[in-house]
Amino acid sequence: MYAYTGRILHIDVTNRKTSIQRVGPDFIKKYLGGTGLATRLVYDNTPKGCDPLGPENALCFAVSAFAGTTVPVGTKHGVAAKSPLTGFIGDSLSGSYFSEMMRRAGYDGIVIKGQAPKWVVVFIDDDDIQFLDAAPYMGMNTLETQRAIRERLGDENVRVSAIGPAGERLVRYALIDNDGRQAGRSGNGAVMGSKRIKAIAIRGSHPITVADPKGLMEASLRLIKASRGPGTLKYRTLGTPANVLNLNKMGLLPTRNFQETVFEEAEKVSGEYLHERYHVKSVACAGCSIACEQWGAVKEGKYKGAMIGLDYEPLFAVGPNCGIGDMAAIIRLVQLCDEYGLDAMSTGVVISWAMECYERGILTKEDFGGLEPYFGNDDAAVELVRRIAYREGIGDLLAEGVKRASERVGKGSEHFAMHVKGLEMPGYDVRSLKTFALGIAVVARGADHNRALSYEVDIKGEVDRFKAEPGRGKLAMEKEDFACILDCLVLCKFLRNCFTDFEREVAEIYTMATGIPLTPEELKQVGERVVNLKKAFNIREGWTMADDWLPPRVLEDPLPSGPGKGVRVTPEELRMLIQDYYAARGWTPEGLIPKSKLIALGLEDIAEEIGVEEPVAAPAAGEA
Amino acid sequence: MAQPVYEHIICDPAKCTGCRLCEYACAMVKTGKFDANLSRIRVVRIEPITMTAIACRLCADAPCIIACPRNALSRSEKNGVILVDQDKCDGCGWCIEACDFGAIVLNPETKNAEICDLCQDLEGEPPCIAYCPVEALSLGTPETLRQKARREVVAKLFEELFKE
Ligand code: SF4
Ligand code: SF4
Repeated sequence: MYAYTGRILHIDVTNRKTSIQRVGPDFIKKYLGGTGLATRLVYDNTPKGCDPLGPENALCFAVSAFAGTTVPVGTKHGVAAKSPLTGFIGDSLSGSYFSEMMRRAGYDGIVIKGQAPKWVVVFIDDDDIQFLDAAPYMGMNTLETQRAIRERLGDENVRVSAIGPAGERLVRYALIDNDGRQAGRSGNGAVMGSKRIKAIAIRGSHPITVADPKGLMEASLRLIKASRGPGTLKYRTLGTPANVLNLNKMGLLPTRNFQETVFEEAEKVSGEYLHERYHVKSVACAGCSIACEQWGAVKEGKYKGAMIGLDYEPLFAVGPNCGIGDMAAIIRLVQLCDEYGLDAMSTGVVISWAMECYERGILTKEDFGGLEPYFGNDDAAVELVRRIAYREGIGDLLAEGVKRASERVGKGSEHFAMHVKGLEMPGYDVRSLKTFALGIAVVARGADHNRALSYEVDIKGEVDRFKAEPGRGKLAMEKEDFACILDCLVLCKFLRNCFTDFEREVAEIYTMATGIPLTPEELKQVGERVVNLKKAFNIREGWTMADDWLPPRVLEDPLPSGPGKGVRVTPEELRMLIQDYYAARGWTPEGLIPKSKLIALGLEDIAEEIGVEEPVAAPAAGEA
Repeated sequence: MAQPVYEHIICDPAKCTGCRLCEYACAMVKTGKFDANLSRIRVVRIEPITMTAIACRLCADAPCIIACPRNALSRSEKNGVILVDQDKCDGCGWCIEACDFGAIVLNPETKNAEICDLCQDLEGEPPCIAYCPVEALSLGTPETLRQKARREVVAKLFEELFKE
């Protein structure tokens, strides 16, 4: 095979056993790589009902078909496991030289199970798998760990995926960091921690060969050029924080735990402001031609010395959403999250919930161990991030995520626990984005913009964003399937506007790289297949219709101000939208997947396990 | 340190994003495979934001030529690149030790030293320059760099004058 290696590495850290599973082109073509292949590996390697933080959960990595080649933004990998936040599929993406090294060490995927008796660093050196004592690295932050391991192994080419103090303490939204890029959402860092793996180091010596080098080189150059066009200008100059002012103007910027959607200090936390006062450098992921990551550094004041590559989602979460309008504080907070190994989005939304609890008297100064976390109190936020990472005091509660924390605290705090399926909400208030409201209610990973992607049609004005109407189900489905294709390939979402005929061009490039024939139709079907696969996993793990739902605040509290003033998503609207979506997917009104559907998607084995018989259609009137 | 005088590949560290596309492209063009270890341009990334790419600087009095015990290295009269005589080179690696920039590659397959040759046999720009998405790479000498810096600083001065 070209590009692919056809090999999946299985590691059991309990008894240090390893084995190689061979996979052929027919199998791999169905999932491509990234989150698709990683999800399939989770499905196949976790027993039904397993404890996400127990030895039976499988932590799975899968590389992009394009890793280590000139195809821009293709050097990425997916990480998936059963999520300790949601109990459903937890799939995340990351892009770095770790992806390249995985492929060059000879693997398309890695499946890790078990629980080491003592903390280890797993060192994958081509075919040689070593288990190093992790003691010298315990307590180190994510970046320190990577540096120290590289130093100890004495080779810059060793790439490392590591967890920080938060992952060591099984914070349910801990992340895995590699080269400062994160497999962020859904708590895969906690899964790694539960296996007592501090880091996975990898070194590969095999070159990557492709089926049609000349064709691939030409196509890459075309894409590199296209990726420097107007479609990505915003990301290249201001990065994703460019969204702040626009979203604020549209009344979509979650403020003070989604109580409002217009932030009075938006100007001061905008991409423009960041660029003018703090910007030091644009940095790229591995093999990326866009370089959206805008690094900001604080040169004076109490956060002097703080520095981080800032994206919109972390910024919204620890900034406006916590009532914090000081860019320097935001830079520091996101840096802390990255270093401790916490998903900054979940962290921000958990802290904003805690702040609202404090302001409403549900939690007191005493509960907070002397802190007074009113909205806008950045000192308290900084301290809370630390306590969460180390599970100290109230941090132990908050480390459980907003769903579990609010269930434990009660007193009406569930009303404003902003999550779907247990995953904290992203930075778009969905009350005036009706297609996206549907999208994040149903998507398998929980409240997630990247998997749902349907905010696009609302924000770009392709539909009336205030209106819930039939047809949105199909739109939400199409966006979700499209996002899924990118996540399986893997190609970065920012490349999505750089094609004229996406499926045809990408299928061609895929074949140039891998030598595996793939039609545009087949590529399209991968998206639908993998979305169904994720849903199938959730169904197997006990999903019910009640899990496809939105937080009470979205359904009951109308927006207090802004362009969407008075708007909410009513339960009737949401029910209608969800039925519309299930129908578009060919699912039953209960949201289950008919056997015939799974068989048509080539998921025969799964059809047997979780597929339902299709309801027999009533014969049409007049028919004999 | 020996001063380069010939045109060679220069990277602007302020522009370089650390993407390493130049490495992937160089390796493919020179070896037919994607293997950054065989690239004749290497990207150094000192986390998190310090990064630049380094290829052969075509130093005057090149220490690699002097170090080679088999006289396998010589300078092209045409454009100054360091030529490797495939038959003489036995991959001993002395040149690699002598190079201050770590710009020489030892290809384990051919057992030969490999050095940036500016892709003089290819039409158009060298691939590393062509594939660099941010125009961080260019052909130049210290003198052209000095000139460029002077031009840029003046342009900036004027821009600021007119902004007032
Ligand atoms: S000019 Fe050619 S050989 Fe030299 S670094 Fe660039 S691509 Fe490699
Ligand atoms: S291609 Fe350009 S930006 Fe990327 S690493 Fe090379 S010199 Fe730097």
